[in-house]
Amino acid sequence: MHPSEPSAFITSGDTTIMTTRRGFIQKSIQGAAVATSGGMLWSYLVIQNARAEPLALRPPGALPDADFNALCIKCGRCVVACPYDTLTLAALADRAPLGTPYFEPRQIPCYLCHDIPCKVACPTGALSPALEDVMDSRMGLAIIDTEHCLSWQGLRCEICYRVCPLRDTAIRVETRRRELSKHAMLLPMVLSEGCTGCGICENACPTEIAAIKVLPSELIQGKIGDHFRMGWKQADGATPGLGPGDTWQGQLDSAPAQGQAPGLDYLNEPEY
Amino acid sequence: MNNSTSTRLWNWRYLILRRVVQIGVLLLFFGTLHWGWSLFGLPLLSGNLSASEVLGEVTLADPFATLQILLTGHVLQSEVLFGAALVLGVFLVLGGRVWCSWVCPVNPVTDFAGFLHRKTWRKNLFGIPRHLRYAVLALALLLSVLIGLPAFEWVSPIGAMHREIIFGLGLGLGWTALVGLFLFDWLVVKQGWCGHLCPLGAFYSLVGRHTAQIRVKFDQSTCTGCGACQAICPEPQVLNLKRLVQDGQVLSGECTNCARCIPICPEKSLAFGWRLQKPDSGSVPVHPKLIMKEDNP
Repeated sequence: MHPSEPSAFITSGDTTIMTTRRGFIQKSIQGAAVATSGGMLWSYLVIQNARAEPLALRPPGALPDADFNALCIKCGRCVVACPYDTLTLAALADRAPLGTPYFEPRQIPCYLCHDIPCKVACPTGALSPALEDVMDSRMGLAIIDTEHCLSWQGLRCEICYRVCPLRDTAIRVETRRRELSKHAMLLPMVLSEGCTGCGICENACPTEIAAIKVLPSELIQGKIGDHFRMGWKQADGATPGLGPGDTWQGQLDSAPAQGQAPGLDYLNEPEY
Repeated sequence: MNNSTSTRLWNWRYLILRRVVQIGVLLLFFGTLHWGWSLFGLPLLSGNLSASEVLGEVTLADPFATLQILLTGHVLQSEVLFGAALVLGVFLVLGGRVWCSWVCPVNPVTDFAGFLHRKTWRKNLFGIPRHLRYAVLALALLLSVLIGLPAFEWVSPIGAMHREIIFGLGLGLGWTALVGLFLFDWLVVKQGWCGHLCPLGAFYSLVGRHTAQIRVKFDQSTCTGCGACQAICPEPQVLNLKRLVQDGQVLSGECTNCARCIPICPEKSLAFGWRLQKPDSGSVPVHPKLIMKEDNP
Protein backbone atom coordinates (compact mmCIF):
# COMPACT_ATOMS: atom_id res chain seq x y z
CA MET A 1 0.00 0.00 0.00
CA HIS A 2 1.30 3.40 -0.95
CA PRO A 3 1.77 5.83 1.94
CA SER A 4 -0.20 8.56 0.17
CA GLU A 5 -3.34 6.49 -0.08
CA PRO A 6 -6.05 7.39 2.41
CA SER A 7 -5.57 5.22 5.43
CA ALA A 8 -8.25 2.79 6.43
CA PHE A 9 -6.08 1.14 9.02
CA ILE A 10 -6.93 0.94 12.64
CA THR A 11 -5.29 3.93 14.17
CA SER A 12 -5.05 4.98 17.71
CA GLY A 13 -7.42 7.83 18.52
CA ASP A 14 -5.06 9.36 21.02
CA THR A 15 -3.19 11.86 18.92
CA THR A 16 -4.75 15.27 18.64
CA ILE A 17 -4.04 16.87 15.33
CA MET A 18 -3.81 20.63 15.33
CA THR A 19 -5.44 21.84 12.20
CA THR A 20 -5.45 25.61 12.50
CA ARG A 21 -3.00 28.19 13.76
CA ARG A 22 -5.58 29.48 16.25
CA GLY A 23 -6.10 25.97 17.54
CA PHE A 24 -2.38 25.51 17.89
CA ILE A 25 -1.97 28.73 19.87
CA GLN A 26 -4.94 27.87 22.09
CA LYS A 27 -3.57 24.41 22.79
CA SER A 28 -0.12 25.81 23.52
CA ILE A 29 -1.46 28.33 26.02
CA GLN A 30 -3.64 25.70 27.68
CA GLY A 31 -0.68 23.37 27.87
CA ALA A 32 1.53 26.06 29.39
CA ALA A 33 -1.19 26.88 31.96
CA VAL A 34 -1.54 23.24 32.99
CA ALA A 35 2.24 22.84 33.19
CA THR A 36 2.68 26.00 35.28
CA SER A 37 -0.08 25.27 37.76
CA GLY A 38 0.82 21.60 37.94
CA GLY A 39 4.47 22.46 38.41
CA MET A 40 3.70 24.93 41.18
CA LEU A 41 1.49 22.46 43.04
CA TRP A 42 4.10 19.76 42.59
CA SER A 43 6.97 21.90 43.92
CA TYR A 44 4.77 23.08 46.79
CA LEU A 45 4.17 19.48 47.87
CA VAL A 46 7.84 18.57 47.60
CA ILE A 47 9.08 21.65 49.45
CA GLN A 48 6.46 21.22 52.20
CA ASN A 49 7.57 17.64 52.61
CA ALA A 50 11.22 18.71 52.78
CA ARG A 51 10.26 21.11 55.58
CA ALA A 52 9.10 18.18 57.72
CA GLU A 53 12.73 17.71 58.44
CA PRO A 54 13.78 20.09 61.25
CA LEU A 55 12.88 17.38 63.74
CA ALA A 56 14.58 14.50 61.96
CA LEU A 57 17.82 13.07 63.30
CA ARG A 58 19.92 11.82 60.41
CA PRO A 59 22.49 9.01 60.36
CA PRO A 60 26.14 9.91 61.00
CA GLY A 61 27.82 11.87 58.25
CA ALA A 62 24.56 13.24 56.83
CA LEU A 63 25.21 16.35 54.79
CA PRO A 64 23.44 19.63 55.61
CA ASP A 65 19.68 19.42 54.98
CA ALA A 66 19.47 20.86 51.48
CA ASP A 67 22.28 18.67 50.16
CA PHE A 68 21.08 15.60 52.00
CA ASN A 69 17.56 15.94 50.63
CA ALA A 70 18.86 16.35 47.10
CA LEU A 71 21.28 13.44 47.26
CA CYS A 72 19.33 10.84 49.24
CA ILE A 73 17.95 8.34 46.72
CA LYS A 74 15.76 6.75 49.43
CA CYS A 75 17.12 3.27 48.84
CA GLY A 76 17.24 2.32 52.50
CA ARG A 77 20.66 0.71 52.28
CA CYS A 78 21.77 2.59 55.40
CA VAL A 79 18.74 1.11 57.17
CA VAL A 80 19.74 -2.39 56.09
CA ALA A 81 23.38 -1.82 57.04
CA CYS A 82 22.69 -0.61 60.59
CA PRO A 83 23.39 -3.54 62.95
CA TYR A 84 21.22 -2.09 65.72
CA ASP A 85 18.09 -1.39 63.63
CA THR A 86 18.44 2.24 64.65
CA LEU A 87 17.42 3.71 61.32
CA THR A 88 13.96 3.79 59.78
CA LEU A 89 12.77 5.13 56.46
CA ALA A 90 10.16 7.77 57.12
CA ALA A 91 6.58 6.88 56.24
CA LEU A 92 3.81 9.43 55.82
CA ALA A 93 3.28 11.62 58.92
CA ASP A 94 6.65 10.67 60.42
CA ARG A 95 8.91 13.45 61.64
CA ALA A 96 11.05 13.24 58.52
CA PRO A 97 10.52 13.67 54.80
CA LEU A 98 8.98 10.65 53.13
CA GLY A 99 11.35 7.78 52.48
CA THR A 100 14.45 9.33 54.04
CA PRO A 101 16.33 7.66 56.91
CA TYR A 102 16.06 8.98 60.46
CA PHE A 103 16.17 7.67 64.01
CA GLU A 104 14.44 8.23 67.31
CA PRO A 105 16.98 7.83 70.13
CA ARG A 106 14.33 7.10 72.75
CA GLN A 107 13.53 3.95 70.73
CA ILE A 108 17.03 2.97 69.59
CA PRO A 109 19.96 5.40 69.68
CA CYS A 110 22.97 5.43 67.35
CA TYR A 111 25.67 3.27 68.93
CA LEU A 112 28.43 5.01 66.97
CA CYS A 113 29.94 1.95 65.20
CA HIS A 114 33.54 2.87 64.50
CA ASP A 115 33.34 1.46 60.96
CA ILE A 116 30.15 3.51 60.25
CA PRO A 117 28.36 0.82 58.16
CA CYS A 118 25.46 3.14 57.25
CA LYS A 119 27.83 5.65 55.72
CA VAL A 120 29.68 2.90 53.86
CA ALA A 121 26.40 1.55 52.44
CA CYS A 122 25.22 4.94 51.14
CA PRO A 123 25.74 4.87 47.38
CA THR A 124 25.13 8.54 46.66
CA GLY A 125 27.26 10.31 49.26
CA ALA A 126 24.28 11.77 51.12
CA LEU A 127 26.06 10.28 54.14
CA SER A 128 29.37 11.92 53.50
CA PRO A 129 32.36 9.68 52.79
CA ALA A 130 34.44 12.49 54.29
CA LEU A 131 33.41 11.40 57.80
CA GLU A 132 36.23 9.18 58.99
CA ASP A 133 35.85 9.17 62.75
CA VAL A 134 32.30 8.55 63.91
CA MET A 135 33.01 10.67 66.99
CA ASP A 136 33.21 13.65 64.64
CA SER A 137 29.63 13.14 63.48
CA ARG A 138 27.10 15.77 64.50
CA MET A 139 23.68 14.15 64.23
CA GLY A 140 22.20 16.53 66.75
CA LEU A 141 22.81 18.00 70.16
CA ALA A 142 21.61 16.78 73.55
CA ILE A 143 19.72 19.29 75.61
CA ILE A 144 18.71 18.91 79.27
CA ASP A 145 15.32 19.91 80.61
CA THR A 146 16.70 21.02 83.98
CA GLU A 147 13.22 21.22 85.50
CA HIS A 148 12.67 17.52 85.02
CA CYS A 149 16.22 16.20 85.31
CA LEU A 150 16.61 14.13 88.48
CA SER A 151 20.15 15.35 89.08
CA TRP A 152 19.12 18.95 88.69
CA GLN A 153 16.37 18.33 91.24
CA GLY A 154 18.93 17.08 93.73
CA LEU A 155 18.69 13.30 93.39
CA ARG A 156 21.73 11.23 92.51
CA CYS A 157 21.35 10.00 88.95
CA GLU A 158 24.01 11.01 86.37
CA ILE A 159 22.97 8.07 84.20
CA CYS A 160 23.36 10.14 81.05
CA TYR A 161 26.89 11.01 82.11
CA ARG A 162 27.82 7.40 82.77
CA VAL A 163 26.36 5.96 79.53
CA CYS A 164 27.84 8.66 77.32
CA PRO A 165 30.52 7.22 75.03
CA LEU A 166 32.25 10.61 75.16
CA ARG A 167 32.12 11.19 78.90
CA ASP A 168 33.68 14.51 79.91
CA THR A 169 33.89 15.50 76.24
CA ALA A 170 30.15 15.56 75.48
CA ILE A 171 28.75 15.62 79.01
CA ARG A 172 30.43 16.60 82.21
CA VAL A 173 29.12 16.76 85.75
CA GLU A 174 29.46 19.90 87.81
CA THR A 175 29.10 19.85 91.54
CA ARG A 176 27.14 22.45 93.37
CA ARG A 177 27.11 22.86 97.10
CA ARG A 178 23.89 22.52 99.03
CA GLU A 179 23.07 22.91 102.68
CA LEU A 180 25.07 21.19 105.37
CA SER A 181 24.16 17.53 106.00
CA LYS A 182 22.87 17.07 102.47
CA HIS A 183 24.98 15.75 99.64
CA ALA A 184 26.18 18.01 96.91
CA MET A 185 24.24 18.40 93.68
CA LEU A 186 25.90 16.75 90.69
CA LEU A 187 24.64 18.50 87.61
CA PRO A 188 25.09 17.03 84.13
CA MET A 189 25.97 19.61 81.50
CA VAL A 190 26.18 19.01 77.74
CA LEU A 191 29.18 20.30 75.84
CA SER A 192 28.18 21.09 72.29
CA GLU A 193 31.70 20.80 70.89
CA GLY A 194 31.88 17.15 71.89
CA CYS A 195 28.29 15.90 71.57
CA THR A 196 27.72 13.67 68.51
CA GLY A 197 23.94 13.56 68.98
CA CYS A 198 23.93 9.77 69.21
CA GLY A 199 21.13 9.84 71.78
CA ILE A 200 22.48 7.13 74.07
CA CYS A 201 21.81 9.54 76.95
CA GLU A 202 18.22 10.13 75.85
CA ASN A 203 17.69 6.40 75.52
CA ALA A 204 19.02 5.75 79.03
CA CYS A 205 17.33 8.62 80.86
CA PRO A 206 15.20 7.05 83.63
CA THR A 207 12.49 9.71 83.76
CA GLU A 208 9.08 8.88 82.27
CA ILE A 209 9.71 11.26 79.42
CA ALA A 210 13.42 11.75 78.81
CA ALA A 211 14.75 14.89 80.50
CA ILE A 212 17.74 14.87 78.15
CA LYS A 213 16.83 14.88 74.47
CA VAL A 214 18.70 15.07 71.22
CA LEU A 215 17.48 17.59 68.69
CA PRO A 216 19.00 18.88 65.47
CA SER A 217 21.50 21.40 66.76
CA GLU A 218 20.27 24.24 64.55
CA LEU A 219 16.96 24.11 66.42
CA ILE A 220 18.48 24.66 69.85
CA GLN A 221 21.97 26.03 69.50
CA GLY A 222 22.61 29.74 69.79
CA LYS A 223 25.45 31.84 68.48
CA ILE A 224 27.21 34.48 70.48
CA GLY A 225 28.31 36.77 67.70
CA ASP A 226 31.81 37.89 66.86
CA HIS A 227 31.62 41.29 68.50
CA PHE A 228 31.46 39.89 72.02
CA ARG A 229 34.82 39.22 73.63
CA MET A 230 35.62 37.03 76.54
CA GLY A 231 39.18 37.86 77.30
CA TRP A 232 39.63 35.08 79.81
CA LYS A 233 38.91 32.56 77.09
CA GLN A 234 41.13 34.04 74.44
CA ALA A 235 44.47 32.39 73.89
CA ASP A 236 46.35 35.67 73.87
CA GLY A 237 44.48 36.86 76.92
CA ALA A 238 43.42 40.01 75.12
CA THR A 239 40.53 41.87 76.71
CA PRO A 240 38.78 45.04 75.74
CA GLY A 241 40.97 47.89 76.88
CA LEU A 242 44.16 46.02 76.28
CA GLY A 243 45.71 46.30 72.90
CA PRO A 244 46.28 43.23 70.71
CA GLY A 245 49.33 41.37 71.84
CA ASP A 246 49.13 42.76 75.35
CA THR A 247 48.69 40.03 77.89
CA TRP A 248 47.77 40.02 81.46
CA GLN A 249 51.12 38.48 82.07
CA GLY A 250 52.83 41.39 80.44
CA GLN A 251 50.66 43.79 82.38
CA LEU A 252 51.50 42.10 85.64
CA ASP A 253 55.20 42.01 84.92
CA SER A 254 55.29 45.70 84.37
CA ALA A 255 52.43 46.67 86.61
CA PRO A 256 52.32 50.44 86.79
CA ALA A 257 52.62 52.08 90.11
CA GLN A 258 49.43 52.93 91.92
CA GLY A 259 47.74 55.90 90.42
CA GLN A 260 49.49 55.52 87.07
CA ALA A 261 47.39 52.74 85.57
CA PRO A 262 45.63 53.60 82.29
CA GLY A 263 42.06 54.80 82.77
CA LEU A 264 40.39 55.90 85.94
CA ASP A 265 41.59 53.91 88.92
CA TYR A 266 38.57 54.61 91.08
CA LEU A 267 38.95 51.45 93.14
CA ASN A 268 42.38 52.36 94.38
CA GLU A 269 41.77 56.04 94.81
CA PRO A 270 40.14 56.40 98.19
CA GLU A 271 39.16 60.02 97.65
CA TYR A 272 37.41 59.36 94.40
CA MET B 1 -2.63 -32.08 33.42
CA ASN B 2 -5.17 -32.17 30.64
CA ASN B 3 -4.65 -30.60 27.30
CA SER B 4 -6.77 -27.49 27.78
CA THR B 5 -5.01 -26.55 31.01
CA SER B 6 -1.61 -26.89 29.45
CA THR B 7 -2.77 -24.89 26.43
CA ARG B 8 -4.04 -22.20 28.72
CA LEU B 9 -0.80 -22.18 30.70
CA TRP B 10 1.12 -21.95 27.43
CA ASN B 11 -1.06 -19.03 26.34
CA TRP B 12 -0.44 -17.27 29.61
CA ARG B 13 3.25 -18.08 29.72
CA TYR B 14 4.50 -14.50 29.43
CA LEU B 15 1.94 -13.20 31.90
CA ILE B 16 2.93 -15.86 34.42
CA LEU B 17 6.63 -15.23 33.82
CA ARG B 18 6.16 -11.48 34.31
CA ARG B 19 4.36 -11.98 37.60
CA VAL B 20 7.08 -14.37 38.73
CA VAL B 21 9.78 -11.82 37.87
CA GLN B 22 7.89 -8.88 39.43
CA ILE B 23 7.12 -10.67 42.66
CA GLY B 24 10.51 -12.40 42.66
CA VAL B 25 12.40 -9.10 42.57
CA LEU B 26 10.39 -7.75 45.50
CA LEU B 27 10.80 -11.03 47.35
CA LEU B 28 14.59 -10.92 46.92
CA PHE B 29 14.68 -7.47 48.52
CA PHE B 30 12.24 -8.48 51.24
CA GLY B 31 13.96 -11.80 52.00
CA THR B 32 17.40 -10.19 52.19
CA LEU B 33 16.16 -7.55 54.62
CA HIS B 34 13.82 -9.59 56.83
CA TRP B 35 15.02 -13.17 56.57
CA GLY B 36 18.70 -12.52 55.90
CA TRP B 37 18.80 -14.27 52.53
CA SER B 38 22.36 -14.63 51.36
CA LEU B 39 24.55 -16.44 48.90
CA PHE B 40 28.17 -17.35 49.75
CA GLY B 41 27.58 -15.43 52.98
CA LEU B 42 26.86 -12.23 51.09
CA PRO B 43 23.52 -10.41 51.31
CA LEU B 44 21.57 -11.28 48.18
CA LEU B 45 19.90 -8.02 47.20
CA SER B 46 19.81 -5.14 49.64
CA GLY B 47 18.17 -1.77 49.19
CA ASN B 48 15.21 -1.22 46.92
CA LEU B 49 14.49 -0.40 43.29
CA SER B 50 15.88 3.15 43.67
CA ALA B 51 19.33 1.78 44.44
CA SER B 52 20.47 -1.63 45.51
CA GLU B 53 23.46 -3.85 45.96
CA VAL B 54 23.78 -7.37 44.61
CA LEU B 55 25.80 -9.76 46.78
CA GLY B 56 27.47 -6.88 48.57
CA GLU B 57 29.41 -6.05 45.42
CA VAL B 58 27.51 -4.69 42.45
CA THR B 59 25.56 -1.48 42.90
CA LEU B 60 22.47 -0.92 40.79
CA ALA B 61 20.64 2.39 40.63
CA ASP B 62 17.57 3.89 39.03
CA PRO B 63 18.94 5.96 36.12
CA PHE B 64 15.98 8.38 36.20
CA ALA B 65 16.42 9.07 39.92
CA THR B 66 20.15 9.51 39.34
CA LEU B 67 19.49 11.94 36.50
CA GLN B 68 17.19 14.01 38.72
CA ILE B 69 19.82 14.14 41.47
CA LEU B 70 22.46 15.23 38.97
CA LEU B 71 20.10 17.99 37.80
CA THR B 72 19.86 19.34 41.35
CA GLY B 73 23.50 20.26 40.84
CA HIS B 74 25.01 17.63 43.13
CA VAL B 75 27.96 15.45 42.37
CA LEU B 76 27.29 11.79 42.99
CA GLN B 77 29.63 9.05 44.10
CA SER B 78 30.97 6.98 41.23
CA GLU B 79 29.35 3.89 42.78
CA VAL B 80 25.82 5.06 42.04
CA LEU B 81 26.75 6.51 38.65
CA PHE B 82 28.17 3.15 37.66
CA GLY B 83 25.07 1.38 38.96
CA ALA B 84 22.78 3.68 37.00
CA ALA B 85 24.86 3.21 33.84
CA LEU B 86 24.66 -0.56 34.26
CA VAL B 87 20.85 -0.51 34.53
CA LEU B 88 20.59 1.95 31.67
CA GLY B 89 22.82 -0.28 29.53
CA VAL B 90 20.65 -3.33 30.15
CA PHE B 91 17.47 -1.51 29.16
CA LEU B 92 19.11 0.14 26.16
CA VAL B 93 19.51 -3.38 24.81
CA LEU B 94 16.25 -4.90 26.07
CA GLY B 95 13.99 -1.90 25.49
CA GLY B 96 13.37 0.56 28.31
CA ARG B 97 9.82 -0.33 29.07
CA VAL B 98 10.74 -3.91 29.79
CA TRP B 99 11.30 -2.34 33.20
CA CYS B 100 7.68 -1.19 33.31
CA SER B 101 6.03 -4.50 32.51
CA TRP B 102 8.55 -6.93 34.01
CA VAL B 103 9.87 -5.18 37.12
CA CYS B 104 7.71 -2.25 38.25
CA PRO B 105 5.46 -3.32 41.14
CA VAL B 106 2.74 -0.86 40.09
CA ASN B 107 2.26 -2.80 36.85
CA PRO B 108 0.21 -5.72 38.28
CA VAL B 109 -2.15 -3.19 39.85
CA THR B 110 -2.67 -1.13 36.71
CA ASP B 111 -2.91 -4.34 34.68
CA PHE B 112 -5.69 -5.50 36.97
CA ALA B 113 -7.41 -2.13 36.70
CA GLY B 114 -7.10 -2.40 32.91
CA PHE B 115 -8.64 -5.89 33.03
CA LEU B 116 -11.57 -4.57 35.10
CA HIS B 117 -11.93 -1.63 32.72
CA ARG B 118 -12.22 -4.06 29.80
CA LYS B 119 -14.69 -6.29 31.59
CA THR B 120 -16.89 -3.81 33.40
CA TRP B 121 -16.60 -0.13 32.75
CA ARG B 122 -15.30 0.37 29.20
CA LYS B 123 -15.57 4.14 29.17
CA ASN B 124 -13.25 7.00 29.97
CA LEU B 125 -14.41 9.97 31.97
CA PHE B 126 -12.22 12.22 29.84
CA GLY B 127 -9.43 11.87 27.37
CA ILE B 128 -5.82 12.75 27.98
CA PRO B 129 -3.16 12.51 25.31
CA ARG B 130 -0.58 9.79 25.72
CA HIS B 131 2.25 12.21 25.08
CA LEU B 132 1.31 14.08 28.26
CA ARG B 133 3.79 11.77 30.03
CA TYR B 134 6.64 13.42 28.16
CA ALA B 135 5.45 16.80 29.46
CA VAL B 136 5.38 15.35 33.00
CA LEU B 137 8.89 13.99 32.40
CA ALA B 138 10.14 17.39 31.21
CA LEU B 139 8.46 19.05 34.20
CA ALA B 140 10.09 16.57 36.62
CA LEU B 141 13.52 17.38 35.21
CA LEU B 142 12.86 21.14 35.14
CA LEU B 143 11.55 21.19 38.71
CA SER B 144 14.58 19.21 39.89
CA VAL B 145 16.76 22.03 38.57
CA LEU B 146 14.53 24.77 40.00
CA ILE B 147 13.86 23.50 43.52
CA GLY B 148 17.11 21.59 44.02
CA LEU B 149 15.34 18.38 45.02
CA PRO B 150 14.78 15.31 42.85
CA ALA B 151 11.19 16.27 42.04
CA PHE B 152 9.69 12.96 40.99
CA GLU B 153 11.48 10.88 43.61
CA TRP B 154 9.78 12.94 46.30
CA VAL B 155 6.25 12.18 45.09
CA SER B 156 6.74 8.92 43.20
CA PRO B 157 4.01 6.39 44.02
CA ILE B 158 6.31 3.74 42.57
CA GLY B 159 9.19 4.52 44.93
CA ALA B 160 6.81 4.90 47.87
CA MET B 161 5.24 1.56 47.06
CA HIS B 162 8.50 -0.41 46.90
CA ARG B 163 9.65 1.12 50.14
CA GLU B 164 6.40 0.22 51.84
CA ILE B 165 6.49 -3.35 50.59
CA ILE B 166 10.16 -3.95 51.32
CA PHE B 167 10.53 -2.07 54.59
CA GLY B 168 7.00 -2.69 55.86
CA LEU B 169 6.25 0.96 56.48
CA GLY B 170 2.53 0.50 56.95
CA LEU B 171 -0.18 2.58 55.35
CA GLY B 172 1.78 5.39 53.75
CA LEU B 173 1.78 7.28 50.51
CA GLY B 174 2.52 4.14 48.48
CA TRP B 175 -0.62 2.22 49.31
CA THR B 176 -2.78 5.35 49.26
CA ALA B 177 -1.45 6.34 45.86
CA LEU B 178 -1.89 2.79 44.66
CA VAL B 179 -5.60 2.77 45.51
CA GLY B 180 -5.85 6.13 43.72
CA LEU B 181 -4.04 4.84 40.63
CA PHE B 182 -6.19 1.70 40.60
CA LEU B 183 -9.46 3.66 40.70
CA PHE B 184 -8.13 6.17 38.17
CA ASP B 185 -7.13 3.44 35.73
CA TRP B 186 -10.33 1.44 36.20
CA LEU B 187 -12.97 4.17 36.26
CA VAL B 188 -11.48 7.39 34.90
CA VAL B 189 -8.96 6.80 32.12
CA LYS B 190 -8.00 3.38 30.73
CA GLN B 191 -4.27 2.83 31.37
CA GLY B 192 -4.36 6.34 32.80
CA TRP B 193 -1.20 6.19 34.92
CA CYS B 194 1.21 3.93 33.04
CA GLY B 195 -0.01 4.87 29.59
CA HIS B 196 -0.51 8.61 29.96
CA LEU B 197 1.13 10.17 33.00
CA CYS B 198 4.04 8.25 34.51
CA PRO B 199 7.28 10.18 33.88
CA LEU B 200 9.36 7.09 34.70
CA GLY B 201 7.50 5.25 31.92
CA ALA B 202 8.14 8.22 29.63
CA PHE B 203 11.83 8.12 30.53
CA TYR B 204 12.02 4.40 29.78
CA SER B 205 10.06 4.92 26.53
CA LEU B 206 12.99 7.00 25.34
CA VAL B 207 15.58 4.48 26.58
CA GLY B 208 16.33 1.90 23.95
CA ARG B 209 13.87 3.39 21.49
CA HIS B 210 16.46 3.00 18.72
CA THR B 211 18.71 0.37 20.24
CA ALA B 212 16.40 -2.21 21.80
CA GLN B 213 17.11 -5.64 20.35
CA ILE B 214 14.10 -7.64 21.55
CA ARG B 215 11.06 -6.62 19.52
CA VAL B 216 7.61 -7.96 18.77
CA LYS B 217 7.70 -9.16 15.16
CA PHE B 218 4.70 -8.88 12.89
CA ASP B 219 3.84 -11.35 10.18
CA GLN B 220 1.71 -9.50 7.71
CA SER B 221 0.85 -12.53 5.62
CA THR B 222 -1.18 -14.20 8.37
CA CYS B 223 -2.76 -11.14 10.01
CA THR B 224 -6.49 -10.85 9.49
CA GLY B 225 -6.83 -7.49 11.20
CA CYS B 226 -9.14 -8.82 13.90
CA GLY B 227 -7.85 -6.24 16.37
CA ALA B 228 -7.54 -8.68 19.29
CA CYS B 229 -4.00 -7.51 19.95
CA GLN B 230 -5.00 -3.86 20.11
CA ALA B 231 -7.89 -4.63 22.42
CA ILE B 232 -5.60 -6.17 25.01
CA CYS B 233 -2.50 -3.98 24.51
CA PRO B 234 -1.94 -1.42 27.27
CA GLU B 235 -0.30 0.86 24.69
CA PRO B 236 -2.44 0.12 21.60
CA GLN B 237 -0.90 2.92 19.55
CA VAL B 238 2.27 0.84 19.18
CA LEU B 239 0.29 -1.75 17.23
CA ASN B 240 -0.66 0.73 14.53
CA LEU B 241 -1.08 -1.61 11.58
CA LYS B 242 0.23 0.81 9.03
CA ARG B 243 3.52 1.03 10.89
CA LEU B 244 3.54 -2.70 11.58
CA VAL B 245 3.29 -3.37 7.85
CA GLN B 246 6.04 -0.86 7.15
CA ASP B 247 8.48 -2.05 9.81
CA GLY B 248 7.50 -5.70 10.19
CA GLN B 249 7.87 -5.25 13.94
CA VAL B 250 6.89 -2.99 16.82
CA LEU B 251 9.54 -0.30 16.86
CA SER B 252 7.87 2.18 19.22
CA GLY B 253 9.72 2.77 22.48
CA GLU B 254 6.34 2.88 24.19
CA CYS B 255 5.93 -0.88 23.73
CA THR B 256 6.52 -2.49 27.12
CA ASN B 257 7.33 -5.95 25.71
CA CYS B 258 4.65 -7.31 28.03
CA ALA B 259 3.73 -9.84 25.35
CA ARG B 260 0.00 -9.73 26.03
CA CYS B 261 -0.52 -9.47 22.26
CA ILE B 262 1.52 -12.56 21.32
CA PRO B 263 -0.63 -15.37 22.77
CA ILE B 264 -3.90 -13.51 22.16
CA CYS B 265 -3.37 -13.38 18.38
CA PRO B 266 -5.50 -16.16 16.87
CA GLU B 267 -3.30 -16.25 13.75
CA LYS B 268 0.04 -16.20 15.62
CA SER B 269 1.07 -13.20 13.57
CA LEU B 270 3.00 -11.71 16.47
CA ALA B 271 6.08 -13.18 18.13
CA PHE B 272 9.21 -12.04 19.92
CA GLY B 273 12.23 -11.69 17.68
CA TRP B 274 15.45 -9.76 17.20
CA ARG B 275 15.45 -6.25 15.86
CA LEU B 276 18.31 -7.11 13.50
CA GLN B 277 16.23 -9.70 11.64
CA LYS B 278 15.08 -8.05 8.45
CA PRO B 279 11.39 -8.49 7.73
CA ASP B 280 10.59 -9.61 4.19
CA SER B 281 8.62 -6.45 3.55
CA GLY B 282 6.81 -5.62 0.36
CA SER B 283 6.66 -9.15 -0.96
CA VAL B 284 3.29 -10.00 0.55
CA PRO B 285 0.23 -7.93 -0.35
CA VAL B 286 -1.82 -6.50 2.47
CA HIS B 287 -4.64 -8.80 3.46
CA PRO B 288 -7.95 -7.32 2.23
CA LYS B 289 -9.44 -7.51 5.73
CA LEU B 290 -6.82 -5.07 6.95
CA ILE B 291 -8.25 -2.39 4.74
CA MET B 292 -11.83 -2.99 5.89
CA LYS B 293 -11.45 -1.94 9.50
CA GLU B 294 -12.39 1.66 10.13
CA ASP B 295 -12.24 2.48 13.81
CA ASN B 296 -10.39 1.91 16.98
CA PRO B 297 -12.09 -1.05 18.68
